[in-house]
Amino acid sequence: MLLEVRGLKKHFPVGSGLLGPSGLVKAVDGVSFGVEEGKTYALVGESGCGKTTVAKLILLLERPTAGEVLYRGTSVAGLSGSALGFFRREVQAVFQDPFSSLNPRLRVRSIIAEPIRANENIGRAELDRRIEEALDIVGLPKGAGALFPHEFSGGQRQRIAIARALAMRPKAMVLDEPTSALDVSIRAQILNLLSDIQDEFGVAYLIIAHDLALVEHFSHDTGVMYLGAMVEQGPTETVFGNPQHPYTEALLASAPRPDPDHRPTPDVILGEIGSALNPPSGCRFHPRCPHAFGPCAGTDPAPVDTGPGAWARCHLLTENAMEKAE
Amino acid sequence: MTPALKVENLVTELALRRGVLRPVDGVSFHVDPSETLGIVGESGSGKSMTCLSLLRLLPKPGGRIASGSVVVGGRDLTRLSEEELARDWRGRRISMVTQDPMTSLNPVYTVGDQVGAPLRYHRLAEGMRAVRAGAAAVLGRVRIPSPESRLDEYPHQFSGGMRQRVVSAMAIACEPEVMIADEPTSNLDVTIQVKMIDLYRKIQEETGVAIVLITHDMGVAASICDRIAVMYAGRIVETGPARRIFRAPAHPYTRALLDSIPRLGRKSRRLTALGGQPPDLANPPTGCRFAPRCALRVAKCAAYPPDAALGEGHSAACWLAGNEADHAA
Repeated sequence: MLLEVRGLKKHFPVGSGLLGPSGLVKAVDGVSFGVEEGKTYALVGESGCGKTTVAKLILLLERPTAGEVLYRGTSVAGLSGSALGFFRREVQAVFQDPFSSLNPRLRVRSIIAEPIRANENIGRAELDRRIEEALDIVGLPKGAGALFPHEFSGGQRQRIAIARALAMRPKAMVLDEPTSALDVSIRAQILNLLSDIQDEFGVAYLIIAHDLALVEHFSHDTGVMYLGAMVEQGPTETVFGNPQHPYTEALLASAPRPDPDHRPTPDVILGEIGSALNPPSGCRFHPRCPHAFGPCAGTDPAPVDTGPGAWARCHLLTENAMEKAE
Repeated sequence: MTPALKVENLVTELALRRGVLRPVDGVSFHVDPSETLGIVGESGSGKSMTCLSLLRLLPKPGGRIASGSVVVGGRDLTRLSEEELARDWRGRRISMVTQDPMTSLNPVYTVGDQVGAPLRYHRLAEGMRAVRAGAAAVLGRVRIPSPESRLDEYPHQFSGGMRQRVVSAMAIACEPEVMIADEPTSNLDVTIQVKMIDLYRKIQEETGVAIVLITHDMGVAASICDRIAVMYAGRIVETGPARRIFRAPAHPYTRALLDSIPRLGRKSRRLTALGGQPPDLANPPTGCRFAPRCALRVAKCAAYPPDAALGEGHSAACWLAGNEADHAA
């Protein structure tokens, strides 16, 4: 496993009174998964489910409250000096909004050069070669290096952000909603580019996305998050082809499809997403679940295997498994 | 049937420092009562400018309707005085829902005040008690549970989905003939989005309101629209019944757009991407505006193609449309 998280938790204190914080937002509350070398792992879920916080924890932009992030089997929490530099070089990020992730005062050349200069001691000629190479891979003309970000369209800016990440020759990239800010016709270009990069350089991706069709198309493994916890995960074909958790089912049933004969079903999920400040007891999804029954409000269900490498946390599955055992 | 809204040859100009742009350049469409028309397109296609033009809410200074007509209830809204438009039409007979409920609600007024405002302004309810009762009834129609108890709450006490319901309540308060909804579900999570779409369908069944839905999401368009108009660079390039647009798209842009979307249950490693960028509206191509990106471009495309009628109200502005032999090639 190239990149792994184990029992990851991130709690944010909220409110500040004389007596200290008045509550805890459990943004991420015990999440574990792994990204294999050269493969894509997708985290899906609605806003507030904690998927972006997981990305920040992996990128060391936040420190976990508990649990650990492992890179090539070593915990990254204790890294310092050259080992930390190595990790930061090998794991790069591309963010959602290419309008705010690129410094408007720098030319594209400097934007791409900055992380290389910060991490490596290389000469001018080698630096130029690396920049040109990165621009070439993402399909931008040589002259692009001399221009400023505002001279590019949204899709091209996202290419610049990808070039900046690629110039470090990373082994893994965290992609946080990489195409959400782009127009529909441009999204396919960027997704194809990312696929090509993976095929050619064997880069592993952790993609955060809310568009399920995109995730099914793009990722090898998928984890579904709800209110800070993973409710189902496994190979993408298993999760999408045979969803076992009612929340995964609801997401798939709600997704609008470009097909006038398909009517999304509004009744598979009740109410609105709960609060991570006061997550519901037991299974976090039970207040919205149309199948909720006896044990759901009381205890958090344990993971039940749902296929090779796949599991889901739901009392319905636990019950079925017990009936089979009897 | 007399359409609830009929737009003909609408041209909107925006005077900017770099010149005069035409974000809407000769747009015509109609919507019947109880019908939903989807206007789909990418950013810069002119879909939002079209709906701002309908209500004459263009940015000032700089924005103006250069020509064309917008007819509701037998009157051309482009010819009314601003005073008459505000008094008898805008919000009363043609209303609008915008994308972001956080910016369309005033944080310092209660929800009851804001939903009651159109009733007060258009004198559909007189006196505090009647306005409150009216506001509660409208909140009930958008399925907000126990509406009376929520009249005195402020927007921040509502969740995102409930806020979008409040904004929709303001739009239907005066029972307009036409409601324009600009990306009403784009900021919502899918499980909330599906409920909003269901709500619009129910409101339409109950009131017969004609809906113009502006969206960039072909999935949302497919799940609610009866007819669809596809916009590209300020013009409608294809229009027709939703089923025809999705099953038998005739314009190469519509086809490219549909081909580029990943679909659930159909996994493929590569998507069919549409190359290039939309044109700069300050300097649009003289002929077909999609021609520079079009794989089927021919010599004729140097002149703007007429709308080819394809039957059942389906038409496409493409020289090749209706000529299936060319499509097969």
